[in-house]
Amino acid sequence: MTNKKEITCIVCPIGCKILVKTNGKDFEICNGNKCKKGIEYAKSEALDPRRMLTSSVLVNNGEWPLVSVKSSKSVPKNKIIQVLKLIKKAKVDAPIKLGQSIIKNVANTRIDIIATKSIKKLEKKDFYI
Amino acid sequence: MVEQGRLMMINLKVDVAIIGAGPAGLAAAISAYENGAKDVIVIDRNSWLGGILPQCIHDGFGVEEIGISMTGPEYAEMYIKKAEKFKITFLRETMVLQLDKNREIIAVNKQELLKIKAKSIVLAMGCREKTRWNFMIPGDRPSGIYTAGVAQAFINLYNIMVGKNVVILGSGDVGLIMARRLKFEGANVLGVIEILPYASGLPRNVVQCLDDYDIPLYLNHTVTYIKGRDRLESVTIAQVDGKMNLISGTEKEIKCDTLLFSLGLIPENELSRNINIVIDDVTGGPIVNQIFETSISGIFACGNCLQVYDTVDALSLGAKHAGKHAAKHAMGLKSKHNNYIQVVSGKGIRYVVPQRINKSGKVHFSLRVEKPRESATLHVFTGDNELLKKRLPWINPANMMEFDVNIDEETIKSAKKLEVTLDDK
Repeated sequence: MTNKKEITCIVCPIGCKILVKTNGKDFEICNGNKCKKGIEYAKSEALDPRRMLTSSVLVNNGEWPLVSVKSSKSVPKNKIIQVLKLIKKAKVDAPIKLGQSIIKNVANTRIDIIATKSIKKLEKKDFYI
Repeated sequence: MVEQGRLMMINLKVDVAIIGAGPAGLAAAISAYENGAKDVIVIDRNSWLGGILPQCIHDGFGVEEIGISMTGPEYAEMYIKKAEKFKITFLRETMVLQLDKNREIIAVNKQELLKIKAKSIVLAMGCREKTRWNFMIPGDRPSGIYTAGVAQAFINLYNIMVGKNVVILGSGDVGLIMARRLKFEGANVLGVIEILPYASGLPRNVVQCLDDYDIPLYLNHTVTYIKGRDRLESVTIAQVDGKMNLISGTEKEIKCDTLLFSLGLIPENELSRNINIVIDDVTGGPIVNQIFETSISGIFACGNCLQVYDTVDALSLGAKHAGKHAAKHAMGLKSKHNNYIQVVSGKGIRYVVPQRINKSGKVHFSLRVEKPRESATLHVFTGDNELLKKRLPWINPANMMEFDVNIDEETIKSAKKLEVTLDDK
C-alpha cells in the first residue's frame, strides 16, 4: 500500500513541509525540501524514524549537580523511553569533559551517551546555590 | 579587596566594553578582538559565561551558522574557548548599574566598584520572559507557577523538578521544548495552550516536542482562571474567536499542579532607557543604524536586547557585526548621526531592523511578518524607486527573515524614507 505523507523537516529551524510517497520499504519525494539534508530526513522519517536525544545525568562532586548529555547518533524512536530510563539511572563523577562518554552502547543500540558540557570538581560547597 | 567593609574603587580604560556574556556578548567580543580592538572587556552578573545557553540542553544550535547541530552548552563552550584564546577579559558576578553618554560604565561586584571608560560599548543584555502579570490572568496566587525559562533552569541546571501535572500557556519555543523535557523527566504534560490560530514556536519544535509525544496543542485557547490555595489546583481554559474574544460556554477546567508560561520575551533595556537611547516600540530594543549603532554615538546593540531572535545562529551573526563596528569606532572611525534614511515597516510587516541607514553599501536587514502566508512578495521602496522585489515561498512570524539591499550614494543623499512591504502575489 502506498501512502502519501506530509513530513515537517526538523533538521533546521525553517521546517520545510516535505510531501513523500512511501509503502514502508520504498520511498519517493514529491516536493517541498529546500536542501539535501531534507531528503535524508524525510527518508529516515518515512522508513526508520529517529531522534537526537538530549537530557542530563546526575553528577557526583561537581560544581553543578547535573551534566547535560546527548546521544552520539540519533536514536530509533521506539527505543527513546528505554534509553531515557538508563540515562536517569546513571551517575558520573566530576570532573567531566565535554565529549566524554557517559554511557557506552546504551540499550545495545551501538549509540553512546556523551557529555555536552565540561563540569569541574566542586571546590566550594555553596557554588551553585 | 574589601577594606573595612568598604568597596575598593577601580578605574579601567578599555577599547570595547560589552555588557552581557551570553551568546551575543561572546560573539561581539570575539569579533571586536578580531577587528583590531585590543582591550575587550565583557561584564556579566552571572558566575558563568554563555548566558542562557547552558540550560538549553537540546540540540539544533549552529546548523545555519556552521552546518553542525550542537546543544546549547556545546555552542557556548565553542565561543568561550575562542574568547579565552584571545585573552578577552571577563568580569563575572559583576552588575552594571549605570551607563552614561560619554561611555562610562559604573559596575559593582562583591569586591569592587568599577568605573570603566570605554571607547565603545556593546549592549548585549539579552531579554526577560513575560509573566502572568503582562497578561493579567485572573485568579489565585498559589505556588507552582513558573515562566518556562525558569523551569528550564531549575530542571536542567539545578536538578529541581517543578511538578507532576503540567499545563503550558503559550507555544513559544521554550514552552514547546519544556513540554518534551518535562515528559522526559516523568511529568504528565496535559497540554500546550495557544491563543493564536497557529503555534508561535518553530515548526520543527511542534513536531519533535509535541507530536512525537502526543502532547495536545490547544490553538485558539487561553487560560481564563488560575485556582489553588497553597499549590496550584487547576486552570480554566476557554476558546477564543477570530478577534480573540472569549467564547462563553467553552470553558474547561484542567486539574494540574504546575503552570508554565511561554508568552514571549522582552528585551532588557533599563540601562539603555536611563540614558535616553531611542527604543523601537515594536522590537522593544534600541533603534539602530546599519552598523547596529544606537542613537548614541559609540554605543552599539546586539542580540536579544536589540530584537528577539529565533535562532542563536542569526543572533551571533548580528552580534559579530556589532562587535566589528564597535572595534572600528574604538579605533577612530566614527559615523555621522544627523542625516539618515528612516526604514518604515509597511503593509504586512511587523518590524524591520536596522531602522536607520546613513551610509551607502550593502545593508543586511532582518524582519518579522505580521501573520503566516502561503506565498508572498517582498518589496523595498524609496519613493517610486523599487530597490528589491523578492518572491517568498512560505512565511511565518515565528521565522525571522533576512535579506540584503544595496543602497547607493545617491539614495543616501536624496531619500528620506525606505519602505518595506509585503503582498500576497
